[in-house]
Amino acid sequence: MSRATVGWIVLGWVGYVLLPWYGFERGAAPSLTDYFVGGSGLVRGLAGAWWLLPILVPLLLALRPALAGSRPVGSSWLVASGLLGLALVVLQGFLIGLNGWTVDALKVFADPGPSQDGMGFGAALTASAFLIILCHGLAARGWCRGDAFVTSSIGVVIALIVIFVFFPVSTILASAFADDGGNFAPLTFLTKFMDRSIWGLDCLTGELRCGVAWNTLFLGVLVAFGTTALGLAFALIATRTAFRYKKLLRVMSVLPIITPPFVIGLALILLFGRSGALSAVLFEWFGVPRSRWIYGLPGILIAQLLAFTPIAFLVLIGVVQGISPTLEEASQTLRAKSWTTFLTVTLPLMRPGLANAFLLGFVESLADFGNPLVLGGNYEVLSTKIFFAVVGAQQDQGRAAVLSIILLAFTLGAFWLQHAWLGKKVYTTVTGKGDAGIPLPLPRRVALASYLTAIPWAVFTLAIYVIIVIGAFVRSMGRDYTPTLEHFITAFRIEGTERGLYFSGSAWDSFFATMKVAALSAPLTAAIGLLTAYLLTRQRFSGQRAFEFGTLLSFAIPGTVVGVSYILAFNVPPIEITGTGFILVMCFVFRNMPVGVRSGIATLSQIDKSLDEASLTLGARSATTMRRVVLPLLRPAIVASLVYSFVRAMTAVSAVIFLVTAEYNMATTYIVGRVEAGEFGLAIAYSTALILVMLLAIVAIQLAVGERRLGRRSAAANAPAVAVEALP
Amino acid sequence: MNQMTSVTPLGPSAMLKKQAASVEFRNVTKRYGSVTAVDSVSFVIEPGQLVTLLGPSGCGKTTTLRMIAGLEMASAGQILIGGRDVTNLSAADRDVSMVFQSYALFPHMSVLENVAYGPTVQGASKKDAVAMAMEKLSLVGLTGLEKRAPSELSGGQQQRVAVARALVLEPQVLLFDEPLSNLDAKLRRRVREDIRELQQNLNLTVAYVTHDQEEALAVSDRIIVMSNARIAQTGTPRELYEEPADLFVADFIGDANILTGAVVDLAGPQAHVQIDRLRIELPHRGVMKGPVKLAVRPDAIFLDETMAQPNAVSGTVRKASYLGTQIEYEVESPIGELFVVQYGRKEPIAPGTPVAISFALQRGVAIIPGA
Repeated sequence: MSRATVGWIVLGWVGYVLLPWYGFERGAAPSLTDYFVGGSGLVRGLAGAWWLLPILVPLLLALRPALAGSRPVGSSWLVASGLLGLALVVLQGFLIGLNGWTVDALKVFADPGPSQDGMGFGAALTASAFLIILCHGLAARGWCRGDAFVTSSIGVVIALIVIFVFFPVSTILASAFADDGGNFAPLTFLTKFMDRSIWGLDCLTGELRCGVAWNTLFLGVLVAFGTTALGLAFALIATRTAFRYKKLLRVMSVLPIITPPFVIGLALILLFGRSGALSAVLFEWFGVPRSRWIYGLPGILIAQLLAFTPIAFLVLIGVVQGISPTLEEASQTLRAKSWTTFLTVTLPLMRPGLANAFLLGFVESLADFGNPLVLGGNYEVLSTKIFFAVVGAQQDQGRAAVLSIILLAFTLGAFWLQHAWLGKKVYTTVTGKGDAGIPLPLPRRVALASYLTAIPWAVFTLAIYVIIVIGAFVRSMGRDYTPTLEHFITAFRIEGTERGLYFSGSAWDSFFATMKVAALSAPLTAAIGLLTAYLLTRQRFSGQRAFEFGTLLSFAIPGTVVGVSYILAFNVPPIEITGTGFILVMCFVFRNMPVGVRSGIATLSQIDKSLDEASLTLGARSATTMRRVVLPLLRPAIVASLVYSFVRAMTAVSAVIFLVTAEYNMATTYIVGRVEAGEFGLAIAYSTALILVMLLAIVAIQLAVGERRLGRRSAAANAPAVAVEALP
Repeated sequence: MNQMTSVTPLGPSAMLKKQAASVEFRNVTKRYGSVTAVDSVSFVIEPGQLVTLLGPSGCGKTTTLRMIAGLEMASAGQILIGGRDVTNLSAADRDVSMVFQSYALFPHMSVLENVAYGPTVQGASKKDAVAMAMEKLSLVGLTGLEKRAPSELSGGQQQRVAVARALVLEPQVLLFDEPLSNLDAKLRRRVREDIRELQQNLNLTVAYVTHDQEEALAVSDRIIVMSNARIAQTGTPRELYEEPADLFVADFIGDANILTGAVVDLAGPQAHVQIDRLRIELPHRGVMKGPVKLAVRPDAIFLDETMAQPNAVSGTVRKASYLGTQIEYEVESPIGELFVVQYGRKEPIAPGTPVAISFALQRGVAIIPGA
């Protein structure tokens, strides 16, 4: 029996006997004795909460091998203890809720039955201890080459995914099929699902609006086409022409990633709104009447094109670079003209890239919440509709759940389509063999088309960012161009008092909360993501495919759906964490983890597996190997996932808008609030400050993690790759 | 380049503190899903011996090696190292080191850090770890290069770093996974001699995987030939070459002409075998009277263009290749197409020339019992 196993058994007892079993007690703050021992599972159990007492049995079971017993026998005891313990904790947690039994059948015994609060530190620690004890037991039985670190990692990741991905999603499914009383009611679901406001096609026949589902799909397809076309034009220019400002293209492709998603919408309003800068010019010079055309489909479309084209660009530039020039040269030596070669060789080879870019554009458009909220007007899409179903006058969670399921079905359907279409076809053209070919210069008409689409668009994007910067420093865009720092002062005023600095600016609270949550979630995301990548690439265990699917699933779930599912799932015991900073952190961790997994897998599969094995045969255990060999080589992936999760935590709106509280207000939700109140200047100023902070953070992360030291001649390729890897 | 061959026989103080251990497989099987990579394999590697696992790619030899290391777990059977059952022990718990085909040098560590890695993760103090690493580096003749990054070394030097790193913990058993496959042909011969010398000087138990039969013949005390997840034959290099157990081994170890003959008479341990018009006497190796297959080495066939021998089989030279030290012929004959090598001859026999064919009497011809 290893020391680690004994340690976890002790921790299990500590969680049960010493720490408070329940968390977030309502009422007076507990005293110290209350806190330790007094509120523990054992004391509570003896004092009437009889359902906590059976947990003693598995805790005692675990002691059996600790006291005596040979290896194989001991492992059976550990497995039994872990399984039974987990089952008991979960069972009592779900059967006994705030208001008695949660299952009607049990009300036969007592009505309403016993009640309990959400689990606290003690319960969490004991449950984790049971999980780890189970995993150690399985390792002792020879699972995963007898490696307890590996089995425990798998166990922990699976448990976290079950709790923070599958549990909320299944809650939302259950709530969609339930009526107001919480009973199973498929008919209610059908009525809600078939609602005219969702699937109506009135816009085709008359003046009325179409259903929100059609709106969303239509917008998604438009945006996907647009971003793919624009991204392709940019990618071709960047790789296949002698265009002089390629560096600038690169920078522009990173900018939107660190821009909070609705800021572009905001800039559009400042340009084209009724009192927008350009509208004013048009009205004064040409007499074009000011109108509200930007609110609605055109506005959302332009904003999303601006926001998501860089993603398509980053996907496609990799694909275009990956096409082996030799193939094009082969085509040319077979007497194909450059246009024919482009059409018959280059373009078909780009198919997977195009499909990927299209899919990402579509999914991003569906999931986008900020731009439709700011610019939507009367054009409703699913993500905003879900939001208003929850927070609006209707307060209809069942309806929100139904809408969420439709949105979820769309995104999962898109992923499935992509998978089915690209499926097993192999498009790898980068081989291990040396490739001395020179890429074919673009045929003239393709180059021309690329320039004609890309350059005006680039100018437009630049204009938008200029507007953002100017908007932060003038009194009011479109009306009063007096330069001022007023917005920054309102947001970030610091007063010096005799008791030190006082952060009196209105934005400081949300700013600090955001920084705290982002700084907490980034390393957690990176850690869990990379650990998962390590398990997926370096270990073999049964159920690996399902494991992989589970870890990547959360990426396909739109933020709004995540938000709704989290408040549905975590608002009641046994896991009651709404209103805390913890739920925000966990939300970000599981929203952004798939990117860590992806970049981890990409980097790990380039690292020879025998390096790990060499370390193992030299007597280092998996954990040591991970720390001393794998992690130092994973630096690019660490940077990528840290940057991505930090930036995402700073800029996300859709999921957090459901989860923020007065105490934990996030920067983005604060800004959205300012926009809705019409304080555009303040919102823009805050946004520019955020962008600046993110740039600084990215540089800081780069410096802190450092470059991978390989002793190769050049590591120059690593630096610009970060932005690319930061993307899905 | 410094050579490992400069190592002088070491005094008792520098000898390994641990005794070399034996390795034993008892009916070990490894399955991946429905594929059986190693099928009920049993063998013993005696302490202090260098044993080669030889076979074509996909025969299960690397899997066998990795099971000794603990990098793969046996699906069934028992593995013992030094008499201790290690079947369920993980790689980190076995006293075994491995030199990988790709060397697997940690690219983010210097040569010294690489070699000192083992003692460091075992909890040795930094000073001790460095001292142990330096000792092994001098053993392989790399003193002075310890500050370099692995990528700054030549292939042969990298290989020696890998050996030093594997030796640093003074393991009971040392494993080599095709250690020469990344070296050029000239270097290969020298490095394999270095490895052999090191193994003998330090009295190590070594398991060595290769698909190159010449390499295996050159370095091994014993060879385990594997084919299709099973052991085809075990023996000393000489036994394998001269008494192949079956067609596969005869063909795989060295080149062999497989001819058909008939045992006409058994006399004690000897058998009289008739091949066409030739009659030879061979150890019978347990065969009965009747048709047999024979393995005839290319250098055990004599060609005589003067046609002087009356009892010889006659044939015609189809092709002759001049290779410096030897001349290779393809000869067409009633007993089949023959591959013949002649050493020390000046003038090749011209293609088309009729020749008389006879066999060497003492060596190079063997009955294959299993065929």
